[in-house]
Amino acid sequence: MLTSTYQPGTSPLHRAGAGVKLLGLLVFSTVLVGWQSPVTVLVGFVLVVGLYGLGGFGVRTLVSQAWPLRWIVLLLLPFQWWTAGWQVAVGVVGTLVVAVLGAALISLTTRVTDLLDVIARLLEPARALGVDPERVALLFALTIRAVPVIAGTLHEARDARRARGLEHSTRALVTPVVVRTIRHADRVGDALAARGIDD
Amino acid sequence: MSHRYGDREVLKDIDLSLVEDRIGVIGANGSGKSTLARLLNGLVVPSTGRVLVDGMDTARDGAGVRRKVAFVFSDPDAQIVMPTVAEDVAFSLRRHGLGKAQVAERVAEILARFGLGGHADHPAHLLSSGQKQLLALASVLVTEPEVLVCDEPTTLLDLRNSRQVSALLEGLPQRVVLVTHDLELLRGWQRVLVIDEGRVVADSPAAQSIGHYQALMGAGRPC
Repeated sequence: MLTSTYQPGTSPLHRAGAGVKLLGLLVFSTVLVGWQSPVTVLVGFVLVVGLYGLGGFGVRTLVSQAWPLRWIVLLLLPFQWWTAGWQVAVGVVGTLVVAVLGAALISLTTRVTDLLDVIARLLEPARALGVDPERVALLFALTIRAVPVIAGTLHEARDARRARGLEHSTRALVTPVVVRTIRHADRVGDALAARGIDD
Repeated sequence: MSHRYGDREVLKDIDLSLVEDRIGVIGANGSGKSTLARLLNGLVVPSTGRVLVDGMDTARDGAGVRRKVAFVFSDPDAQIVMPTVAEDVAFSLRRHGLGKAQVAERVAEILARFGLGGHADHPAHLLSSGQKQLLALASVLVTEPEVLVCDEPTTLLDLRNSRQVSALLEGLPQRVVLVTHDLELLRGWQRVLVIDEGRVVADSPAAQSIGHYQALMGAGRPC
């Protein structure tokens, strides 16, 4: 959910309101965690696969959403199996994977702006406590936007380190990334001010 | 009006009235031209004196000034806030009280005008540098400002993208103030200011100002 993976479409899932989808994810995840078992995981997985189909996504998309969890699964599954038995292992790891797949489906079918609208609406009562919902939504937007920017900076710093023959120098990697990230934050602040977004 | 950063005075005794539709600002690195640009939409307020936009003081009514004066920087990556192209343009309209349909209509219209219609749902960070700068321009112009201030908008672009942005700036109905090192961009402009060590040393139509600037740089002054 951190970086936008939104894929445009016209499926019922794309057309559904962001609030409804988030509520659905909350209920779905609560049931998965509350009734954690191999049967619940199986039912949840079948449901998620069906919803991916409903959203117009194939097996490749499904696998790509779960792929980042491969190392966690490979470490956690044998450990849980060994310490608590196969049923707990499948329950715990399966719940994690199915819940992430469900969250990823929301990211695939919902624009970030629609999610921000929900966040801003949910935080509206907190306005009485001095919280500016739009500002919190902006914070989320900037966090989401920062991920690919910092990843790009890291990639360039790694290349520059290699070009200087300093492949093993942590300082040659960390220093430019930190400096450029701070400079980027400074420039983004100026750009937001210039766009009048925080006026 | 003057402006200083700490002990360093970057703009000295500036007294200007900017009324032309196309105004260029040129000068060596560190001459104060970017600070001058930032003063125009209240990003920076003068240390002494005042900057007035349509009678509004940038120090007192920065928000009002920014509604009239949009600003584009040289690095579009720092200006793009949202993950997708259409969302970034729509983000500028977030506090304008428009309905979803109105926002979508204005976003589609401006993206089509800037040749980005086919990229509406694409991740903004995967666009080319030129497309990112076009997106940055679209994102500020969608609010329909009266003035556009650009601080070296073509510095990071190749020749083709630079020409595309240049042509786009030429065709805008808005008043444009352009800070640049690219003298070609300013050929034929009504008024070009040359800034040197914080002072306006030339203020005339493009041809004369560019000649003055080239003579100044050719004299071996530090850049």
